[in-house]
Amino acid sequence: MSFMPYVPPEQLMKDRSDFAHKGIARGKSVVGLEYVDGVLFIAENPSATLHKISEIYDRIAFAGVGKYSEFEELRIAGVRLADMRGYSYGREDVRARDLANAYSQALSTIFTQQMKPYEVEILVAEVTENGQGSEIYHVLFDGTVADKQGYVAIGGHAEELTTAIGSAYAEGWDLGTAVREAVKALSSAEGREIEASSVEAGVIDRTRTQRRKFRRLADEEIEQTLAG
Amino acid sequence: MSDDALPRPSTGGDIGANPSFFDLVLRTRPELMTRPNQVSAPTDAPGLHGTTVVGLKFEAGIVMAGDRRATEGYSIADDKMEKVFEADEYSAIAIAGAAGQAAEIVKLFQLELEHYEKITGDRLSLEGKANRLGQMIRGNFPLALQGLVVVPLFGGYDERRREGRIFYYDATGGSWEEEDYQSTGSGGRPAKSSLKKRWRPGLTQDEAIRVAVEALLDASQEDVATGGPDPVRGIFPVVLVVSADGVTRVEDADVRAAYEAVVEERG
Repeated sequence: MSFMPYVPPEQLMKDRSDFAHKGIARGKSVVGLEYVDGVLFIAENPSATLHKISEIYDRIAFAGVGKYSEFEELRIAGVRLADMRGYSYGREDVRARDLANAYSQALSTIFTQQMKPYEVEILVAEVTENGQGSEIYHVLFDGTVADKQGYVAIGGHAEELTTAIGSAYAEGWDLGTAVREAVKALSSAEGREIEASSVEAGVIDRTRTQRRKFRRLADEEIEQTLAG
Repeated sequence: MSDDALPRPSTGGDIGANPSFFDLVLRTRPELMTRPNQVSAPTDAPGLHGTTVVGLKFEAGIVMAGDRRATEGYSIADDKMEKVFEADEYSAIAIAGAAGQAAEIVKLFQLELEHYEKITGDRLSLEGKANRLGQMIRGNFPLALQGLVVVPLFGGYDERRREGRIFYYDATGGSWEEEDYQSTGSGGRPAKSSLKKRWRPGLTQDEAIRVAVEALLDASQEDVATGGPDPVRGIFPVVLVVSADGVTRVEDADVRAAYEAVVEERG
């Protein structure tokens, strides 16, 4: 029978944390920010079909960075949780806070109990039904959850991005300004110009008349916005 | 409760995420579904019955319309019930049959389409939606044998073929594609006769709305369980138009205008 050598829990957690950090640092970044009509998620993503940003529910959007298979699994679990909640209770009972808590619980369990932690960070945002409020939650690979105001950046260049977007950010940006400023910040954090064709963006827009407030920005729309 | 935890993926077995909401409910919360073996209603159970719904093609898509009456035996249970619904952005579903069962199937069908779209990132093809609805109706067959029959009419704009299409069903879930127009419900027969006389290929949207309203009016005059337009109380049929622009509900004022035009023409 083999036996495990003693590893202090501090060391174990640190090793796992370093492992997850490294995985995330290799990947691309996502910016989430509040603009006048809701919340914008924007990222550099060369793929047009493997999304980092997607819809969860009527007023809730999701963004993930790190290992695609892992945040995609979390996204699907979130859609299932939200749709089941809405079906069992009411559509307005599906809230981003509950979802962020569920993600936090799941990631925390994975972090401590599984062979390897997930190499992901995710954002969950919601625009509230009436009034001007938005909520953005940031969930880390170890289950740490934080509630963000205004703007947030996650992924490979999170620190540089936070600084870049933070120095420019002002409340009440319209969508065009928000997209242009976010792409500018992404470009400066990466140290190169990011082309319009490799920008992925989605908004939850409270002014939409449809029940589902999430909308993916089309390539042409992003191109025109960045040109104008 | 099982939905309070994030569902974890199963290891082994099938690969890939199942995009069906119906299967998800069956797997995680089966108690929310009506199970046939829990129901022992006699075949003449007094449920809400009777309806006329019609669907017809026009030059840019389809029009679907339904009356507003729900009956319970010889009583009118509701005079403002809606039986035509938006299924998703490009399709609509109309129902005839046992009201509670029908409403549940519509709700599940709408969620099924939305869930599929969110999980896979793509909308189902119109054909795929029609098939899925057939399977859901088939699942209801044991209840249909006990008297809780649900018969839908489904139609939408096929984004790939760029045309409107209509599908109709029977209580066993059998589904067929309709070329021109179709009706279902207790007043389906007179409505279809009316459609047969009035429908022609290449109707404009306004003409199609008028043909649909006229068919419902005819049905209401022949069938006691179908409610006619009620201009005094302002109750008019629900009319949905599905085209490349998506699903739009025709304003009551426009339905009233169509109804008045029909009445005027008849003198």
